[in-house]
Parts: sequence; structure tokens; C-alpha cells
Amino acid sequence: MTSTATLRRDAPAAASASASAPGAAEIAIDNASKVFGTGEGAVVALEDVSVAIPGGQFVCLLGPSGCGKSTLLNAIAGFSPLTGGAIRMAGRPVTEPGPDRGMVFQEYALFPWMTVEQNIRFGLDIKGLARGEADAIVARIAGTLGLSDFLGRFPKDLSGGMRQRVAIARILALDPPVMLMDEPFGALDALTRRTLQDELLRIWAEYRKTIVFVTHSIEEAIYLADRIVVLTYRPGRMKRDLIVPLSRPRDTASTEFNALKRELAALVMEEQQRYTRAEMTGTAVD
Amino acid sequence: MIRLSTFRGAFLPVGLLIVWEIASRAGLFSAVVLPPPSAVAARWFASLVPALPHDPATQSYTAWLFSGELPHDAVASLSRVIAGFAIGVGLALPIGLLMGTSDRLYGLVNPLLQILRPIPPIAYIPLAIVWFGLGNPPALFLIALGTFFPVLVNTIAGVRQVDSIYVRAARNLGANSWTMFRRVILPAASPFVLAGMRIGIGTAFIVVIVAEMIAVSDGLGYRILEAREYMWSDKIIGGMLTIGVLGLVIDGAMSRLNDHLLRWHRGLER
Repeated sequence: MTSTATLRRDAPAAASASASAPGAAEIAIDNASKVFGTGEGAVVALEDVSVAIPGGQFVCLLGPSGCGKSTLLNAIAGFSPLTGGAIRMAGRPVTEPGPDRGMVFQEYALFPWMTVEQNIRFGLDIKGLARGEADAIVARIAGTLGLSDFLGRFPKDLSGGMRQRVAIARILALDPPVMLMDEPFGALDALTRRTLQDELLRIWAEYRKTIVFVTHSIEEAIYLADRIVVLTYRPGRMKRDLIVPLSRPRDTASTEFNALKRELAALVMEEQQRYTRAEMTGTAVD
Repeated sequence: MIRLSTFRGAFLPVGLLIVWEIASRAGLFSAVVLPPPSAVAARWFASLVPALPHDPATQSYTAWLFSGELPHDAVASLSRVIAGFAIGVGLALPIGLLMGTSDRLYGLVNPLLQILRPIPPIAYIPLAIVWFGLGNPPALFLIALGTFFPVLVNTIAGVRQVDSIYVRAARNLGANSWTMFRRVILPAASPFVLAGMRIGIGTAFIVVIVAEMIAVSDGLGYRILEAREYMWSDKIIGGMLTIGVLGLVIDGAMSRLNDHLLRWHRGLER
């Protein structure tokens, strides 16, 4: 228990050390609120959520469908502006999407008309990088993600796991200080999912990005994150904000892991039940 | 070893030709109504080869080789299709891309489009002659018109159906409007655009035959109508078959181009 307690203090310390490094940036979410629609049909997706994420931290947003976790992620990405509050990245307010906040979608969102190489290179082309420079980055990132032999393939010829590797490579090529991930492994089978989780942890350890990761899998959140933010079902409010006190690599079968899992499951299931009730009465909106 | 089933598709056409030949020779119908296939083939071959012996002083060998009536007409029809198709696509593609991208423009133009679209290009013939007189201009106008609407309608649909996830991903990767248009919207819409082009070139090929019957004095359409004046049924049938083969070649080429350009597309998985 003493070792985990030490780690518990170490995690934020390591994070703040890397905050000054160019690889990661801190994110400040202040009183974020989001209302969809107006009048009687208005849906409050987020209400007064505040989270200060130090640079280099791996944060999971956890909760049932409709808890506003994807809404919050989309607001950080700049796709959908908040109706109240503010989000700042490295001190600057977020107003629009940008390559400094690379997004990985559950649906991969690879460009199917481009080969793997062209997909990875897309953001580099936009940046206007010289050919040789871009070639070197593509080769290095493809190597990191085990894609070197697949550069000429089209996405339709790849498995889901490989597609998601390409999606990660595509944003990693731009070396963004923040990576946003919207249930990226949700559509994968359990074994592929675990492999990619391990890859992501390895990449995160190597590149030290700030990662905001949306999931509704409690186990995934505990396995990956430094910190877990649980949101309530509609309106999405902060339910719990906790640091995961486990050292890595984490053993999903360990007593500590499962104690935490039980604790979180109780929290999430409360919200899941509210969601189910809303669904039964026909007031649930996704 | 070649299996018998390889030839199964040939049984019916070959059998039909034999029956036709026998029936014609037996005098079951007159040569004007239905000439025997052998006569059609002979007539067809005669129009294929050069009429005059090769004279190196006045023309090159290749030019001489294609100096027969049939090659001349085929080239005339084909070049009209290509020119008219190019004009039609050249107009429909930019308009379609703009209408697909801009809701305001779409709202402004679409009602007019829906009124004009159901009018078959053939119905424009009288107006085309009033506007352009006789010769190539009305023919090209009609062919371009036949190409224009299918390409336009499909391009608009193609742009409007582009999955917003691609747009979001591209914006996230830093794409500006031009990059978005050129590298995301255009390729994402391309399966629709190409489908429109395939329909368009098919229509263009129908229209060229009709236009040649009316406005010009060469090409395959003109030639079969001319043959009717002399009751040369063998020439008419030969011309029809040539039109069929040419149509098949055009569609085959278009289909090849499609398969190549859309090799990334899921729908083409085999």
C-alpha cells in the first residue's frame, strides 16, 4: 500500500514536470456548460463542469450514454462551442478545431480514398512540411505503430484494430500536445482492445502527451488513466474526480484494481439507472 | 481444359444466326425485310475496308487504313460523344459542386433544375435546330445536354451525402476550405460523380445517334438512316450492330476507369 501511496503523489509531480516540456499542454475547463436546443426541447448536456488537467496527464471521462462526456470532448476539440464557461489550452482559449488537439474517433474516420501512408501524411501536407521531412516522420510513426508493411493499403483492407492504429498514427505524426480520444477502442474485440491499450500507454509514456479519453468501460478507464472523471447522466455534472492509485503496468486481476472497479461501478451504475429510466420513459436523447 | 459451359452463352446467338440464315435463304422473308446474316457481314466488311487502293503519294498508310466509310463514321460519332460529353461534364461538375456545397445556391437553383431535368434531350431537337441551325453545333448541344443532367444531379447528391465525420477529421488535422474541398469533399463525392458520368455517357451515346439522323451528314446515326432511303437493310443492321459494339466499348472503358479510380471503395470489394 505504501508503494501505491508514493505513486499517488508521483503522478501529478511527473505531470507538472512535463507541463513545461513541448510535448504536452495543460487544459483548463472552467464551469463548462452546454445546452442543446432552446425552450422546452432544450437539453442540458453539461452543467458547470470544471477540471484542471496538468500537462502530460492521462484523463478518462467515464459515464453512461448521455452523460455529456463526448460533448465535453467535442468542446475541447473545438467542434462544438460551449454555451457557458470556457476551455483554455496552455492558457489560450479554445475557439475552433486545430491540429494541436488531435482527435481519434470511435468510427476511425480515416479517409477511405487515401492509402495508409496518405492518411498519416495528410496533416503534414497541410502543415507544408518538406517531402523528405514528412517521409521521415511517416516512416518513424508507422514504425512505432507497426504499420510499416501496410503503408500502401487502403483502409477498407484493414481490420478495425489496424484502422485505429492508422488513426492514432495520423494525429501522432503532427506531434500534438493534446490527444483527444472518443471511445477509440469501443468497436474492437477484447484482445485487440487490450493490445491497443498497451500500445497507447507505451506511446503516451514515450511521447508524454496530455490525453483526454472518453469511455464507458470502467475497466478501460482504470487500466489506462492517471485520473478518472465520472460524469452524471443529464445534466452532465461532475460526480467524482479521482486519481488512480495503481502503479503501471496494472494487473486487472489484482485486489486493488477490482476494489476500485467495484467503487466506480457503483457510481457509474447509479447514472446508468437514471439513463435507463429516461430511456424507458422515452425522454432519453443521445 | 476448356469446359463446355464456357461456350454455353454462345449457343443461343449462334443458333439464332443459323436459323436466321436458313430462313432468309429459303426465301421465308424478302432481303429488304430481313437480309441473311452473311449478307450483313459482307456489307459490313465492305464498308470497313478502304474503298480505294493505297496511294502513298496522297495519304499515309494509317489514314488509308481508316479511310473506309465505317471507320470514318465511327470516328465521327465517337468524337461527337467525347466533345459533347466533355462540354456537359465541364459545365455540370463545377455547378454541381457549388450547389452541393452551398445550401443557398441549392435552394435557389434546385426548383429550376427539377423542372428542366425530366425533359428528354431528344425533345430539345427542334429548339436546337432553331438556335444552332444544322451541323455539329446542335448535335453537340444535345449530347452535352444529355450528359449535363445526370452528372449534375449525381454530383449534387454526392457532395451532400459526404459523411460529416470526414469533414470533422480534416478540420481537426488543420485543413482549410480549399484543402477540405480538394482532398476531402471531392474524393468523398467521387463515387456519385462517376456514377453520374457513366449514366451521362450512356445518354450521350443515345443522343448522338438521334442527333446524327437529323442534323449532320456523317456518323453512324446518319448512315443507318441514309441506308433506309435505299432499303439497304443489311447496311442498317450492320450499322446497328456497330453502334452496339461501340456502346459496349464506351461503357467498358468507363467501367474500367471507375474500378481504377474507386479502387479504395468498399462497394468494389470482391
